[in-house]
Amino acid sequence: MSAYTSDEMMTVAAARRLRNGAVCFVGIGLPSAACNLARLTHAPDLVLIYESGTVGTRPHVLPLSIGDGELAETARSVIPLPEIFTHYLQRGRVDVGFLGAAQVDRVGGLNSTVIGPYAAPQVRLPGAGGAPEIAAHAREVLVVMKQSTRTFVERLDFRTSAGRVRALITDLGVMEPGADGELVLTQVYAGVTVEQVRAACGWPLRVAARIAPVAPPTPEELAVLRDLQTRTRAAHAARVRLDGVGA
Amino acid sequence: MIPAFLPLRDAIAAHVRDGLTVALEGFTHLIPFAAGHEIIRQRRRDLTLVRMTPDLIYDQLIGMGCARALVFSWGGNPGVGSLHRLRDAIEQQWPGPLAIDEHSHAGMAVRYAAGAAGLPFGILRGYTGTDLAAANAAHIRPITCPFTGETLTALPALTPDVTILHAQRADREGNVWLRGIVGASREAAMAARTLVVTVEEVVDALDAPMNAFVIPGWQVAAISAVPGGAYPSYALGHYPRDNAFYQAWDGIARTRESFTAWMATHVLGTADHAAFLRSVGGTG
Repeated sequence: MSAYTSDEMMTVAAARRLRNGAVCFVGIGLPSAACNLARLTHAPDLVLIYESGTVGTRPHVLPLSIGDGELAETARSVIPLPEIFTHYLQRGRVDVGFLGAAQVDRVGGLNSTVIGPYAAPQVRLPGAGGAPEIAAHAREVLVVMKQSTRTFVERLDFRTSAGRVRALITDLGVMEPGADGELVLTQVYAGVTVEQVRAACGWPLRVAARIAPVAPPTPEELAVLRDLQTRTRAAHAARVRLDGVGA
Repeated sequence: MIPAFLPLRDAIAAHVRDGLTVALEGFTHLIPFAAGHEIIRQRRRDLTLVRMTPDLIYDQLIGMGCARALVFSWGGNPGVGSLHRLRDAIEQQWPGPLAIDEHSHAGMAVRYAAGAAGLPFGILRGYTGTDLAAANAAHIRPITCPFTGETLTALPALTPDVTILHAQRADREGNVWLRGIVGASREAAMAARTLVVTVEEVVDALDAPMNAFVIPGWQVAAISAVPGGAYPSYALGHYPRDNAFYQAWDGIARTRESFTAWMATHVLGTADHAAFLRSVGGTG
């Protein structure tokens, strides 16, 4: 029984990749947890941009949606969404983009559109959102995904975003592109073997000559992350009542 | 020209007719739920629904058979999972087939902006290296920059027959002020042939700061005062997003039976939005 979960290790590993002062384009879920963990620990001046239009956001709890009021009320500015994608992202003002997906391939291509054929899918997924342009325009793209042979696939069912990944952070370790662009396993977490990582990958995974160890979460990282998640759960559990609205 | 101040029932009956292209915008914030429910109550059919994020309101419109087609860029329940009615329409054609015109957020923003500017198409540096263009060749085409030779992506303008927005406030001349997260509401409003707005309150004076996002009353066809009109989405300064309801929707919409029963009770079975809010426990 370890003192932390593999999800916590993955979130901490992602947070550590963010340098103080970087401008981050943040997606909901794990990326949002990682970015705010970094901001609350080693990177207090991280600039968080959410695609809903909030720039320089410092949420006290993690948002459930990409446009929760918490994001607007703690932002330095709130701008129209088209400007987020044109003035900030397309113009090259974003250092780090964070993505997740339902499928990833060996060059970091991502699918968040369909499982099965596009015209007659077995599973219709939510779709592209901001991903194709984040993948294209952020200076550096980080992908966070739990590993399994169903999600780390030889062949994507649909290419929603092109592969241009600096690091693929999983719940077992970290993969980074080699000289030809194919992902190579470069780090594994404490207590994980290379064979475990290979077994949870749908293509024959290349492994770096030297695998770097990853330090387990520090007590401070764990405490800050768990506090954040406890606050978040409490904030989203309460039903809203509209008594007095319009009165 | 001052817009018509109408009960929501009359505003929808006057402007939303079968077969039209309708955009209910608002990015997570200020989603016009009351207007969407009224469209369902009036049993509109064959609509082409436009929204960047279909959200729960289009899950409901699609599941109730109001839509023929959907133009969108991200169709999930934010932070929760699938929109089960949207999935059922695409995967199983229930309650009928749904044509889709699918984009990225950046693409939808460009399409609205082109419509708002009166141009036939918009341009972005996007969709590169993806399967999106091949899947939707009718609406995503390459174009060469006449100055640099760079290959860019062209997308046709969106000009909804009707755009519907929810806002915090309008004054008695019909000027409308939206504040907080606005998404692509500004572009969707100015791209529309007809703009219908629901508001939390009508006031004597807006008191908006000089650079605020205010839509002039002469651009608005109809205004309806609907307190709580964005619920379970939210209106900054009035009420927060009901994240617990968004989480509960996953179970409600998961099966056709539970969805249909919920809609019969809470939407078809209520006369207006105030009654809807009472029935879901938001008031009273």
